[in-house]
Order: sequence, then structure tokens, then C-alpha cells
Amino acid sequence: MNPRILPYVLILPVTVFLCMFFLYPFVLVAQQAFSTETGFSLDNFREVVDYWRFPISLQNTLLLAAAVVPFQVGLALLMATMVNRMKRGRDMILYIWTIPLGISDLAAGIIWLAIFDQSGFLNSMMNGLGVIDQPVNLLSYQNPGMVFLAIALAEIWRATAIMLVILVAGIGLIPKEYYEAAEVFGASPWKRFSRITLPLLRPSLQTALVLRVILAFEIFAVVAALGGTLFPVLMGETYAYQFDLRNGGAAAAMALIILAISIGFTLIILRALRVPKGASI
Amino acid sequence: MTLHSKLFGAASGLVVACTAFAAQADVLFWSTQAKPVEEAQAMRDQVLAGFADVVDYQPNDGGPWITRLEAELQAGEGSIGVLGALHGDFSAMNPDDLMDLDELGVSAASDTFNSLGMLGTDSVQYVPWMQASYIMAANVEALPYLPEGADINALSYDELIAWTANVHEAQGRPLFGFPAGPNGLAHRFFQGYLYPSYTDGVVRTFASDEAVGAWEAFRELWSHTNPASTNFNILQEQLLSGDAWIVFDHTSRLAQAFNDRPEDFVAFPAPAGPTGRGFMPVLAGVAIPRTAPDMEAAQALIAYMLEPETQLATLRATNFFPVVDVEFPDDLPPSVRAAGAAVATMSASPDANPGLLPAGLGARGGDFNRVFVDAFHRIVLANQDIRTVLDDQAETLAAIMEDTGAPCWAPDAPSEGACPVE
Amino acid sequence: MTDTVAIDASADTRKWGKVLYVSTVVFLCAWVLVPIYFLLINTLSSPETVTSFPKPFWPEFDLASLTFFAGFDGMLSALKNSIIVAAMTMVMSIVIGAPAGYALSRFEFRGKGTFRLLILLTRAFPLPLLALPLAVLFIRTGLDDTAFGLALVHTTLAIPFSVLITFSLFSGIPIELEEAAWTLGCNRLTAFQKVVLPLILPGITASAIFAFVISWNEVFAAAVLTIENRTLTAFLLQNLNTSPLHLKFAGGFILVVPALIFIFAVRKYLFAMWGIANR
Repeated sequence: MNPRILPYVLILPVTVFLCMFFLYPFVLVAQQAFSTETGFSLDNFREVVDYWRFPISLQNTLLLAAAVVPFQVGLALLMATMVNRMKRGRDMILYIWTIPLGISDLAAGIIWLAIFDQSGFLNSMMNGLGVIDQPVNLLSYQNPGMVFLAIALAEIWRATAIMLVILVAGIGLIPKEYYEAAEVFGASPWKRFSRITLPLLRPSLQTALVLRVILAFEIFAVVAALGGTLFPVLMGETYAYQFDLRNGGAAAAMALIILAISIGFTLIILRALRVPKGASI
Repeated sequence: MTLHSKLFGAASGLVVACTAFAAQADVLFWSTQAKPVEEAQAMRDQVLAGFADVVDYQPNDGGPWITRLEAELQAGEGSIGVLGALHGDFSAMNPDDLMDLDELGVSAASDTFNSLGMLGTDSVQYVPWMQASYIMAANVEALPYLPEGADINALSYDELIAWTANVHEAQGRPLFGFPAGPNGLAHRFFQGYLYPSYTDGVVRTFASDEAVGAWEAFRELWSHTNPASTNFNILQEQLLSGDAWIVFDHTSRLAQAFNDRPEDFVAFPAPAGPTGRGFMPVLAGVAIPRTAPDMEAAQALIAYMLEPETQLATLRATNFFPVVDVEFPDDLPPSVRAAGAAVATMSASPDANPGLLPAGLGARGGDFNRVFVDAFHRIVLANQDIRTVLDDQAETLAAIMEDTGAPCWAPDAPSEGACPVE
Repeated sequence: MTDTVAIDASADTRKWGKVLYVSTVVFLCAWVLVPIYFLLINTLSSPETVTSFPKPFWPEFDLASLTFFAGFDGMLSALKNSIIVAAMTMVMSIVIGAPAGYALSRFEFRGKGTFRLLILLTRAFPLPLLALPLAVLFIRTGLDDTAFGLALVHTTLAIPFSVLITFSLFSGIPIELEEAAWTLGCNRLTAFQKVVLPLILPGITASAIFAFVISWNEVFAAAVLTIENRTLTAFLLQNLNTSPLHLKFAGGFILVVPALIFIFAVRKYLFAMWGIANR
């Protein structure tokens, strides 16, 4: 087939599919954000941005992403390289590490609340070790740092596996010869990692990072479970507009703001981790 | 490669399979109430099994509930036969989307409830289905710390604060529990309990000097409140775990505690303030959307839901009380007995100051709740100046009232036109 | 002399490196498993124990909570629906997504950047907001309340994963491999089949896992778009939040198990790669 047409033929199914099931509803919803009774206006955006919780929820969302995502990248890279050089039990270890992938954010919230709850497992453990005599309140408004830490830990636990699977699949594509050659020349494990694994893993890394960052801006269920009403995030506010306040226009405006932030960060990541053309090794 | 062939094989099999199992339900009962898995199961087995047709009882969170309903209304056709929801859910809807139910001839015993069900129109939009209220509950271990001379069935807010302070001091940790979590019902406490008890109003008196006093009192109560309350949604959990000894919540959200360990907990009325013992009902109703596929079956189901036996079965299943006159048998579960007694004492108390549910707010009901929740966040959690916050929030409240033109409801004095914020 | 010291030192470092390595692996396994273990304890505890303090660290094997769900109407058909929807989602997202991934990695074409961004954007907008117009569309077209209709929505969620994962994997396969095959008499299609496909099987598996898990755990669209044919997640999960604690944990556990079994079943395909990479 003509190589100039072929790529378009290949992307046609996705395009048609997404136009029907994403773009069509998206346009309908996005319209709502720009319309009030009087016609086109930016009132909805003004309304949500002026609300006193907006700056707090924006800050919380960004801080959480900034704390969680880089840590997850590091952790996922560590896990992927460890699995890579494993000789025995590789299947089992990788399986265990990917388990959180199968756990929904709602279920993860339930699990981690059982840990950080006042009569939860963490307190029980500290009690058993004699560190405390009676349960300490870990998730209280006087203790915002602890609330943040709990949410961050739960997120790291839940969502690192997403990156891990992508990276493991990518790392498997790096020819073993490179490592063998590097070893012959006496390259240290760190050198091998930074000179071979990292650069060759770039396409997978980019994918993993973009997806993870986008999902990080949509964090909601885990935060609601652990942070209660103390830790507003953008997505929670969006749902509040849509379902509690029945204000579809404001909810759509919030969602578009999240979308804009996501696009911004996606472009930054795509630029920073540009995949060389042709991607030949 | 084998994975591939397996996958594709499975796919082609599935496409055939999926066309085969699109059967038709008889009546779909789409509800926001009786959601907990046990209650939903009891609704199916004990309440709806007796109906002539098969009923598909589907309880949902508010989000999916309204989304599905809106979609059916927009599409002009649907599968929902009967809606079950709170007064607030219905009042946020356009009454035109609900069938008029006057001809059905069923109604609640209370005229107040029946008129709420008209949603400001001249005809019945939803039929009251079941009612509940908010009450207090305590662990019996807290009882010795009651302030001297205090009667647990006639507490004042000052006595409640003193009581929680005693418990706090004796146990070394604050043990009052308050449903301030994301799914908690804290706003109802402010609207129906704190404000009526201190200001004899809700909207008119929102930013009054008495209201400042009310928030000062609440701040004091909060200092003896388990600070994790911002995570508490359903206080039976904290009662059972011992994280809270004295709590305020919805009767059905306390039920499990009484049913699991009836000896360990007591239920009692909400406290009284300078202007009486404010309290508020919870009212759920049943309605038919204009897109219901089988009107007759839906109407028959609503009539069935209002029958006294059904109402009693519903009480057992959900801890919501009947809205029609029924004779209560003796073998009711402990939660029902405890809550029923507390509600009865509360309404029969000489200083009772019952409030009504907000009416006429339409889709702005959520904004109205938010005014109170925001005031709580700013005054209590962020420790901002009470006067400043109330003046600030009063503007938002006034805008909502003017926007909707909703007249005052009890305990606010009646108004001509929109209820003013004074 | 100095030589032996150096060798000793490096043997020492190696030993300590090994210890560090193993303990990190063990720690990370514990990090993942311990919270799951807590869930298991709570699932297998009586209602009283679930709310007690301090919590036990051994399950007491009280099956009351699980038995409750065993008697729950409609669990089995909901489970069946969930599996059907997830399987359809898996197949559709790969069949539709993988060609686009290949196009993105192998061709320079006008609009490529925009196309990629559009794919990503589908994940940056919350589904609960899109559910309303989608539900209206589905009711009008008769897709409403079918497993296929829900699978279409779940595929929309899974497609960005399948496109981007396959894209990054194709990008990692040197085009020279394909070119070599072309010179050896393969056309583009046979070269793809014989050379590329075996190489990307792990990636396909990874996307399949994502698709399955995304579909399995999705609640909102499932709650709105299926009535008679509820999926297990819509059936259980959305009602768990207000349910008593012991049932909350048991229900959560029941939802987790099938997903874990699925990942376990396909895990070896994730490594089909290892043999080849040793070429």
C-alpha cells in the first residue's frame, strides 16, 4: 500500500472510535462550560475560580502530583531494573509487584483507611510495639502533613504498578548485547543503567510518565477516603459541582481547567523526553 | 500467538452472547435510599418480594442516580419505573419531569409532608415514602460523666458541651463524634438543629448576633470533638470502634450500632438551645418519571409502598419510619426501638422547635447546603472570625434566596416573596 | 598484597550489594502485600473484630461476611457481565489501538502530534461528566443496557493505554529488523507478522491487562449504562461506602480477587520477551 496513505488507514479506526465515544460527548459537555442563560460567557469559569476552595484544591492537586509522580518514576525504574536482572522467581516477584494494578481506587481507599484509621492497623501495630498506649489520631485537621503523607503513600502503593508494567515491557526490548558489551568494558552497574537503560527506555518512560501525570490530576477516590473534607482536590470539586450543586456548567468548566493543566504538563513531558525520529537503536 | 487466537476466539463468542441476554425487567425501582448492601438486600427480599410484579430494586449513589435519570429524560424514553429519593433530590428536579400522582389517591398521614411532595405546584409530584430524623447516641460508658442534674432526655447544648468536656478530661481524648466527612450530613445539623435552637430561624437569622453565639457554642463543642470527624460519614462505625462515645447522626446511620450491641449504646434527643429544641425530619419520597415504560405497574408499586404492612417491612429493612398510620408490633429490631423512642421524646418535649426541610430552592439546594458547610470549614477548621465569615456567607445565601424566590419555612417567620437574610 | 585487599573489598561490596538487593526485593514485596493482607484479615473477621482495637494480626477465619455475599442476589450474573465486558474491552482496545500505535512509531505524517495529543486527552477528562450525553446516545441507539455498549465506553478509557504502550514498544524495535525482512522477501504485512508481532507480544499483554483492569474497576459508567446487566463493580462497589465496615472489606476483597487471578493467568506473556532478548 502507498506509504503515504498507510498511516492514515492505520489510525482511522481509533479516530472514528474516539470521535464517536469521546469527542461527541466531550463537545456537548464543553459547550456547557461556555454557556449560561445569556449565551456565550466565561461566567462559569469565573465562578469556579473565584470560589475560595479553588486555590486550595489546585495547590493540593499539584503538590500531590509533584510529590507522588517523581517518586513513582524512581520506584518503578528501580523495580523494573531489579526484575530485569533477576534470575529466579522473576515471574512471581513481578506478579506481586503488579498486584495493586488490579485494585480500584475506591478499594484502595478502603484498604488504606483501615490502616490509618484511629483504630486501624498502624495504631494497632504501634500499640503492640508499645510505642503508644492509646490510639493516635493520624488523619485530623491539626495534622495536615500526616494526611498528605497518608494520601501520598496510598497513591504510591496503588499506582506505581501502572508505570512498572509499561517499563518492564519496554526494558525487555533492550538487547542484552549492550549490557554484555558494557560489562566487558568494565562499566559499573550505575553507568550501565544511566548510559544504556535510561536512554533506550525513553519511549516507554515517556508513555508511562504522561499517563501517570494525567491520572494524577484526576485523583479523587483515595483522597476522599483518607483526606475526608480536609484535602479538597480539583476532581472532587468538579464532582461536587456536577452532582451536589447540580451545576453542569461549573463542573464542565472545572473539568476543562483540569484538561488544560493536563495538556500543559503533557506537552512539557513530551518535549523533555522527545523520542528520536525513527527510534533506531 | 496462542494468546491472540484465544482472545479473538473469545471475542467472537462474546458478541453472540451479549445479544442474547438483554431481557426486560418488570419495574425498575431507581433509588438513592437503602443503599448499604444489607439494606438493599432486605428491600429486595422482605419489602418488594410481596409485590405482584417483579421489582428490580437498584440503589445508587447520587451521581449515577441523577445522570441516568437525566439521560432518560433527555432521550425521552427509559427503563426507570419508580424513583425513590430524598425530598432534596426531588426538589432539585423540574416538576414537569415527574408524573402528577393525584389520581393515585395515596398520601402520608402528615399534611406537611404531602404539601412538600407537591414541590410548589398544585399537584402531587412525589408521594412521601418514609421518614427519619437525626438523633444523638452515646456509649453507656459515657453516661457516668453526665453533668450533675442533667437529664439525658432533656439536654441543653451547654450540658452537652459540659458532658463532652468531662469525657474528654477523664479519657484524655475528645470523644464527641460529628459527621463532617465528605458523605456526612453535617449541614443538616446546622440547618435543622443548631440554628433553630439558637436563633429560631435558619435563613433570616443566618448572620444575626444569636448566630454568632451559636457558632461560639459549636466551636466549644468542637474542642471536645474527635478531630478525625472530618473523615466521619456514618457514625455507627465510630460508635462501634470506640473512636467516638457521644455522636449526632441520621437514625439509619446509627442503626448497626444498636442492632449489634444493643446493651452498649443509648439513643436520646438532640439538645436544646436558648430558642428551643431544634430538630428536623428526613423525608424520602417515591415518584414516577415521565419516561417510565409501564405507568400502571409503577403506580401500583407506589400504592404498594404506602400500604401499612409494606411500611413496616420497610422500617425493618431500612430503619426509616412509616409516613402512614401503622400499628407497631412488639418485635421491632433494637435500632428501631431506640431511635423511635428518642424521636418521640424529641417531638413531644415541651421546648420542641421543629424545623421543616428547605423548600422552593430547586436546583440550588446544593448551594444552600454549601453555605453552611463552608461556614463550618471557615469558622471551625480554619478558625476565622465568626462575624466576618457569617457576613460573607450571608451574601451568598441572600443571592440564592433571591435567585430562587423561595419563601421562608419554619422556624423562620413566613415571608412575602423570597426569604430575606436579615 | 594490595591486590588481595582489593579483591576482598570488591567481594565484600558484592556481598553487601547482594544483601541490599535481596532485602530491597523483600521490602518491596512486603510493601505491596501487607495492605492486601490487612484487607484479608478484615474480610475474614467477625463484625465485632473489624471494629475492635487493637486489631488482630491473624485472621480468625470467620466467614460470615463472605457468606453474606454468597447469598446476595445477582452476584453470579453480575460477575459474568463483568467478565464479558472486560473481555470485549480487551479485544476491542487492542484491535483498534495497536494499528495506531504502529503508525505512530513507524511513520511521519501530517497531524501526528495532534493525533497523539487527542488520544491522551481522552484520559484527561472525567468520564462521569461524559456519561450523561453518552447515556442519551445509547438509549436512543439501543446500545443502552448491553454489555457491548458498556464495553465501548470502557474501550474509550483503555485505548490511550493500548495506543501508547504499543507505540513505545514498536519504537523500541529497530526498523532495521523489519527492513531486513523486507529485503528477504517479506512484504510489510508478513514482515510484521513474522518479525514484529512476536516481539511485541509482551506489550500487547500489558495493554490487555490494562484494558481488563480498567474495565473491571470502572464504576460510574457501569452504574449509569447497565441496569439489567449490571457489572459486579457497579453492583457492589458503589454501595460499599455506606455499608457496615465488615461488609465494606469483604465486598472490596471480592472485587479484588478476580482481577488478581486474571493478572496471574497472563503474567507469563509479559515475559515472553525475555527469551528473545537473549538472542
